[in-house]
Amino acid sequence: MVKEITMPSMGADMTEGTIVKWLKNEGDKISKGDKLAEIETDKTVVEMEAYNEGFLRKITSSEGSSVKVGNIIGYIGDMDDDIPETPTQNQSIETKVEEIKEVSEKNNISEEVLETIKTNTDNLSTNKSNQVDISINADSIRIKASPMAKRLAKEKNIELSNVIGTGPGGRISKDDVNNYIPGPTLVSSSDIVSSKNISLDDSNIPLNTMRQAIARVTVKSKTDIPHFQVIVEVDMTEAMKMREDINEDLENNGIKVSVNDLILKSTVNSLIKYPKWNSSFDGDKLISHSGVNLGIAIALEQGLIVPAILNAQNLDLISLAVKSKDLGNRAKGNGNPLSNEELTTGTFSTSNLGMFGTHSFTAIIVPPQSGIIALGVVKKEPKIINNEIQIRQIMFATMSADHRVGDGAEGAIFMNEFKQLLEKPSRLLL
Amino acid sequence: MPEIVMREAIKMGLEEALENDPNVLILGEDIGAYGGAYAVTDGFLKKFGPERIKDTPISEATFIGTGIGAASAGLRPIIELMSISFSLVGFDQIVNMAANLRYMSGGQIHVPMVIRAPTGAGVQLAATHSQSVETWLAEVPGLYCVCPSNPKDALGLLRTSIKSNNPVIFAEPALLYGLKGDVPEDYYEIPLGSASVSKEGKDITLLSYGAGMSVINDTEKILSSKNISAEIIDLRSLNPIDYKTIGKSIKKTNHLLALDTARKNGGIMGEVVSNIQEDFNDWLDGPIIRVGAKDVPWPYNKNLEGAAYPSAENIVNTILEKLIKV
Repeated sequence: MVKEITMPSMGADMTEGTIVKWLKNEGDKISKGDKLAEIETDKTVVEMEAYNEGFLRKITSSEGSSVKVGNIIGYIGDMDDDIPETPTQNQSIETKVEEIKEVSEKNNISEEVLETIKTNTDNLSTNKSNQVDISINADSIRIKASPMAKRLAKEKNIELSNVIGTGPGGRISKDDVNNYIPGPTLVSSSDIVSSKNISLDDSNIPLNTMRQAIARVTVKSKTDIPHFQVIVEVDMTEAMKMREDINEDLENNGIKVSVNDLILKSTVNSLIKYPKWNSSFDGDKLISHSGVNLGIAIALEQGLIVPAILNAQNLDLISLAVKSKDLGNRAKGNGNPLSNEELTTGTFSTSNLGMFGTHSFTAIIVPPQSGIIALGVVKKEPKIINNEIQIRQIMFATMSADHRVGDGAEGAIFMNEFKQLLEKPSRLLL
Repeated sequence: MPEIVMREAIKMGLEEALENDPNVLILGEDIGAYGGAYAVTDGFLKKFGPERIKDTPISEATFIGTGIGAASAGLRPIIELMSISFSLVGFDQIVNMAANLRYMSGGQIHVPMVIRAPTGAGVQLAATHSQSVETWLAEVPGLYCVCPSNPKDALGLLRTSIKSNNPVIFAEPALLYGLKGDVPEDYYEIPLGSASVSKEGKDITLLSYGAGMSVINDTEKILSSKNISAEIIDLRSLNPIDYKTIGKSIKKTNHLLALDTARKNGGIMGEVVSNIQEDFNDWLDGPIIRVGAKDVPWPYNKNLEGAAYPSAENIVNTILEKLIKV
């Protein structure tokens, strides 16, 4: 089968790359991991690896040409495969439409499961009339896989929800697992710098492209954006309890709602109520955005990325949980790579260091967004309630806000809404 | 050795046993003067005499019982039934007596007896003569139960069956008496309880026995034309069942189709696939498919009988639909 080679994204701010040199010729046999081409971003040249095997059938973008991220630069396939005509932008859009169709067809198959999830959510919800329509990602359905495929996936440490089943009835077969390729891995020509391999000596450590992008973005943010912080203490006791109940109900659907999912949902709902924080400052005006594209800071070995869940305002809690898990998996290279849109069109972000036991911290706004909420750990603390000491589960949330967009009072109101939603969490189910 | 038909291979095994062991004798209806309903014992009466080739009255209970008595007393009787369907009137002798005597006598009494019987449908013998009773008998502990699918296996299995000190049901597919096949010239035996891999493959294991093997061979040819490489296993022995050979194949192909030419309901393959699923689940890359004859009394009418009998085309379609996409 013919597989497209597309211009990889090597950082949140990369929109296009230049092909410096093809390292393989048309007709060359390609194994997974072979270096295909050198790609230049605005700072570095990176070798791009093949993540399919076969033969390099066609090069559609010649050396020296500049190509948008995600556009086709060549094809890998068997020697007897038909290669599409050199694609125009329209053709690749058509391919995308096909892909979307396929996903929605998959959703149709899972009608029954969807119904179960809906019923479950109905039970949880106290006010059915305000229910948001659930659109469930195909990943959330019960996965049909052969026993053999399940065993192989376990042995190979592959998440089955990322594997596409091509067997009868969409069943994942052993071949699907064996042929599964994680998202493209990008290896910089300089070694990846992580805290692990820095030793104590005098030397220059070259930075990978992602680190360089982080440097540029954070400097730009801290230079351009006047940050101010609002810190709230959130009593998470009720939210934690509700989460437990939901997960118990969802147990058979293979979906789990995390603490962070509750935080995401609370953020989205707060933004719907106070949409000013979902806009961008632009000189003499604010650009407001119709959709909440909720960025989630994800730490990778190579560095930090903040991909967004697109149109999060349309998602209920469970759909949001499914999407955030999917986003995390894909960010880590399991499944389809993150789209350019997901990497670049966030409108507001969250960053959670709770898993490291962090009490609280301040985060840097991702431009051109106007705010980011930094979350610390949920921890049991003695609290005085009605003149009695009770053990409550407490979390600190710190919003960094762009002072050009709004003032302290507006930030405080926004964060109060965020806090209230989590403290009386049933509203998160609406 | 040139190709011979199944009937001759069985005849050869019987003749050899009669010649080599004076304790071997044959009992059955019309096996002497008439030469046997399928002419397997043709000429035996003249060659071995009426003491050893005994025509019996039409009473299976009587002559199976006679065989059990003779076996208990030290002879090695071979019983021929005209049809395995007729074993039903001798069932008490087979199931209660022959199978249990050794156990109930604490090992004092052995029953070295072979019951040969034509089995299966496909030759227009109608409902009462076409059943595959070996699948019922295969459940009984104390009985070996074998069913060859070709002349070579028929001779090899018959030799070990006659030598066995325990009762053996030797089911002969009525459809296959005229089937030709190579038989080695050098002496050989085939152990009871051993399946054979008659063709190696990698995509799917096709399992059957007896007359089912012809259908399986046709199935393999069609699959091969679709670039699906099938491994073929002939069960040969219904009790005991050689799970080791089947399991090894499953680990290789990860798919199993099991065929009975007996009725699917209650067929021996139900037992086989249940155990395979239990022990080899983690090597299965799809559901185990079972195919069998229709759950109806066997029709006499040729077209209807054909419709009740499993066909290679249907098996291939099932495989393509449920197991392997091409």
